[in-house]
Amino acid sequence: MVDSQLVLYGQTIAYTCYAIVIILVMGWFGIKITKSGKSSKASHALFYTFVGLLVVLGVSLHIVTYNTIPWAPMDINRADIKPDKVFDITVANHQFILPSEKLVINVGEKALFDVTSKDLTYGFGVFRSDNSMIFQMQVVPGHRNDILWQFEKPGVYTIRSTEYSGPKGAQMILKDVIEVTANE
Amino acid sequence: MSFKDTFMNGEQGLFKPGSLTPMQKLILRFVVVGLIFYGFAVIEGMIMRIYQIEPIAAIPDFQYFAILTAHPLVGIFGSTYSIVFGAFLFLVPFLMKKPLWSYKLGNWTFLLITIGTLTFWLAGFISHYAPLYTLYWPLPADFSQFSPLGGTFFIVGIAIVMLGAVFFVINIFKTIAYTPEGMEKQPAGALLADAIGYSGLRNLFRKKEKQKEHLVSLPVAAIARGTVDVALNAGIILFTGVLILVYLVGHLIGFDLKETAIDALLYKNWFWWGLDLIADGLVLIFVAGTWYLLAMMITGKKLFMQNIARAALLVELIVSWTVWSHHLLSDQAQPAILKIVSGELVTAFELITQGLAFYIVLATLWMARPLKMTNELKFLLGGLLGFALAVPAGIMQADIGLNRILHNTQWIIGPHVHVAILVGLTMTLYSAIYILFPIVTNGAKLYSQKLANFHFWAHLIGGIGMGAFMGMAGLEGMLRRTIYLNGEFNLYMILAGICGGLLLLAFLAFFYNIVMSIGLKGVIGIFTPSKLNVKDLVPVEES
Repeated sequence: MVDSQLVLYGQTIAYTCYAIVIILVMGWFGIKITKSGKSSKASHALFYTFVGLLVVLGVSLHIVTYNTIPWAPMDINRADIKPDKVFDITVANHQFILPSEKLVINVGEKALFDVTSKDLTYGFGVFRSDNSMIFQMQVVPGHRNDILWQFEKPGVYTIRSTEYSGPKGAQMILKDVIEVTANE
Repeated sequence: MSFKDTFMNGEQGLFKPGSLTPMQKLILRFVVVGLIFYGFAVIEGMIMRIYQIEPIAAIPDFQYFAILTAHPLVGIFGSTYSIVFGAFLFLVPFLMKKPLWSYKLGNWTFLLITIGTLTFWLAGFISHYAPLYTLYWPLPADFSQFSPLGGTFFIVGIAIVMLGAVFFVINIFKTIAYTPEGMEKQPAGALLADAIGYSGLRNLFRKKEKQKEHLVSLPVAAIARGTVDVALNAGIILFTGVLILVYLVGHLIGFDLKETAIDALLYKNWFWWGLDLIADGLVLIFVAGTWYLLAMMITGKKLFMQNIARAALLVELIVSWTVWSHHLLSDQAQPAILKIVSGELVTAFELITQGLAFYIVLATLWMARPLKMTNELKFLLGGLLGFALAVPAGIMQADIGLNRILHNTQWIIGPHVHVAILVGLTMTLYSAIYILFPIVTNGAKLYSQKLANFHFWAHLIGGIGMGAFMGMAGLEGMLRRTIYLNGEFNLYMILAGICGGLLLLAFLAFFYNIVMSIGLKGVIGIFTPSKLNVKDLVPVEES
């Protein structure tokens, strides 16, 4: 499975290029409309082409991501996928209660994190040592909150609540409790 | 004139508060109070920017989160609602060429929004009630972290603001539909049908020769359609507030009600449905309508593709009712069909509707060139750029795959929310303020163009820069709504803090410029009663 870091790199490059282009276009437009010259009509054909482009962009973004980001279809179809490991985790009183001290997973295994809240709405996020996020989900009381994930790189990972649950929520961090080991 | 004279009497002594009609004073009160609340939000924002670099010892974490709770609410209700409602209570009668239906009700809207905002702000400041504006159930009723008394006052404050919003809604629709004394009978039903888009929709199914002409102008149609979302949102927030109040008051009188009686996911859907009537509804519709009006006023010409623009406003209204699920893409219990249809596909429509508005405004300006780069034009271009940056950032996170790694990060609140609000919305409002300033002040002159230029560049660079650095931190995993104690993202947070400082300087320059333009006596004069007729929008001899 593609690592989430790679997807973020792609997004950073795409959005940065777009932002630079639109800022330059608006700057050029501002200069152009204030320069002396004759007013001219705007093209209707160009307008409809622009509308068509927006429609294509809006729809194709989701088609492209669904077919290139592997966790998207895996998430939608997770009920039909048999996990290699299941971790039942409980959250109550701003504490994560894990089934064991460390959650050990092999690279490439499909791990299901099934998280239950006993009181408030929390978040469940897994982070790398450099604080970058691998994935997250919401943890809503009274409902099943499960996510299937396939780790691509060995290492130790941190669990942290990604949803505000009052001032105490900021301390909901379990450092290095997930150990992903390389296949022998 | 000496500095002291200008400070007391305004630039060249041109502003005469005694010459203002009650309606002019009303809009100016809305704007002054809206700008003061904007100042609150900017200072709170700066406190939080500093806190993200290094937690401030004098501010404990529970107070930080109380500030984080109050900040968006003061910004949206105290500032934006005040400025927008004030402007529209003036513009609708101005464009419909008849008096406001009820000046008294307009005054009540002003008072209720001001008092309500102060009430919830003070309740948060004193009691540190801080469930954040998301209020995810059952957090607002968690009495182990929050005071029920503080919560009660907080919710009452929000309810007072919503009551002011309901009065605004009544006044807007009544003004569109009613027949003033001495005027020929106006077709109330047809006017309302045209304003909300029903007659335009029916025209689609009529033969060309049988199509009916529009009875209200495009900006009034935009205001009316956005006002539909104001009404729905007020209903949702009032209902939610009453629900929370039941739990708060119940606890105060010794009854602890069962929190599980409310389904947390259903509540979350309900809440976001209501909140998106603001974020993805009235804000986008009002902004598009304001862009259209500004483009027509700046160029003095008709709007390019006017009928398409009108239809797009109706589409935007319908989209705003069906778009909420993009906030629940990370909720695993949310049905997949809602995530895909509402969360992804309908949300993508916003790219189209906002893109249409963007193009139509640019084309209108293009056809009227050469134009003078006035303050209103440059701020309008800034507002357009803000949404051109923020909407695609939002569309990206409204994707099942990308949301998994973006939800609740600084990406959401930086390049999307803050760029949309600070650059897109606020610069559009500044454009409206600059263009309406001579109309509502009976010809007062701006004190300093240099300060206005500084205001523009500092706000634009500060707003885009802050959003960009927050976004970079978000892409590297920095969460929103939490505290980092060890300087994990300090490089980005210091840069975002510098940009936040620019925003603060921009606001101070603008505020100083306005005070020096109308003078201290003028500011006080705005809040004294007018002796002129409440039915007149501008003084009769000048109209």
